[in-house]
Amino acid sequence: MIPVAFDYYAPTSVDEAVALLREHDDAKVLAGGQSLMPVLRLRLAAPEVIVDLGRIEELNGIREDGDALVIGAMTPHSVVQADPLIAEHASLISLATATIADPQVRHRGTFGGSLAHADPAGDLPAVAVALDAFFVIAGANSRRTVGAADFFEGVFSTAIGEDELLVEIRVPKYTGWGAHYEKFNRVAQQWSIVAVAATVRLDGGTITEARVGLTNMGSTPIRATAVEQALVGQPATAEAVRAAAAHAADGTSPPTDLNGDADYRRHLASVLTRRAVLAAAGTG
Amino acid sequence: MTRITVKVDGSGYTDDVEPRTLLVHYLREQLGKTGTVVGCDTGNCGACTVHLDGQSVKSCSLLAVQADGHEVTTIEGLATDGQLHPMQQAFHENHALQCGFCTPGMIMQAIDLLAGKADPTDDEIRLGLEGNLCRCTGYQNIVKAVRAAAAGGAR
Repeated sequence: MIPVAFDYYAPTSVDEAVALLREHDDAKVLAGGQSLMPVLRLRLAAPEVIVDLGRIEELNGIREDGDALVIGAMTPHSVVQADPLIAEHASLISLATATIADPQVRHRGTFGGSLAHADPAGDLPAVAVALDAFFVIAGANSRRTVGAADFFEGVFSTAIGEDELLVEIRVPKYTGWGAHYEKFNRVAQQWSIVAVAATVRLDGGTITEARVGLTNMGSTPIRATAVEQALVGQPATAEAVRAAAAHAADGTSPPTDLNGDADYRRHLASVLTRRAVLAAAGTG
Repeated sequence: MTRITVKVDGSGYTDDVEPRTLLVHYLREQLGKTGTVVGCDTGNCGACTVHLDGQSVKSCSLLAVQADGHEVTTIEGLATDGQLHPMQQAFHENHALQCGFCTPGMIMQAIDLLAGKADPTDDEIRLGLEGNLCRCTGYQNIVKAVRAAAAGGAR
């Protein structure tokens, strides 16, 4: 099908883009468009104005800034996936990004677009939560920074205001940590039924720090803090990790849908957490 | 209407398009390049895959205005002087198509796959073609064709 007609703007700066969002009430931001275009085609959305960020150079790229990596919101998945800085300092991102959709979608889809879309079954939100990422949001004349724990507010809903723009994501460095993204789905290019993002720091065979994020276990990505606490100080053995992973679904209210009911997802969460942590520790 | 200038299969075009025009519709209906087909409404099937500045994209998930100033290659731009591209030849020789509907997208994505990895394993080929669906159950011979093209040094 063909989208409903809209006015199209392709600003070349963040300031210009924010001004357009302020000027137009029913404007939708177009990043990589790999979620938006199907929605427009199916006429599930019909915004009057599209503001395309594709010509804003400053939003594209990855750089180091002291103890953090800074990823421009419009950096395509294919670039993130292959970036040596990310592989070295936050390999969880490289691994999760490689599982998103398919190669054509990863050429167009963007890191910031995925996060701002905030699909509960999307892969990057759980990764951002696990890594304690920070979101830099631009408004008129000012920028503010929101932590991952406060960024995701609900299904397709984030802390980004109507006249604001996500410009970059700052990720603390996890140099030397092991990582794994364990995604469970049934068919090619399908969304996660449940997925687990895990990264751990080891000293000898002992887990000294752990970060675990859950995909599609609620309306927002969830940090499995009970698992993290249970892992610290434990050996990275199948038995110890299994015991800690049993806490994965603690306090969660996962959805029920055609792929499985809430109990099934709780079970998946602990199984996938065990696999993810063992793989991250290199003992899987 | 918005004016765009694009290079498609080696030729330059300047056209006025409605912003809501999908790239695939521009290619098919305005330029007459019907080699690129539409197989679904959801971005899943990959039949409309073309190259944008050398990278595979689904032309149904892109607006024509987003291609302004860029270069597009479709299945129609692969053959030179009547000679099939090596990937087209490999699909032909390995019977990698039955109805042929998915073939333009499969070939465009297979070329992209080999550009990033010259000698992929069968698993890597299957994963690399994850975004393209064949409903004649022809995957076996498609993988064979890509392998043959890789062995022959097709890019």
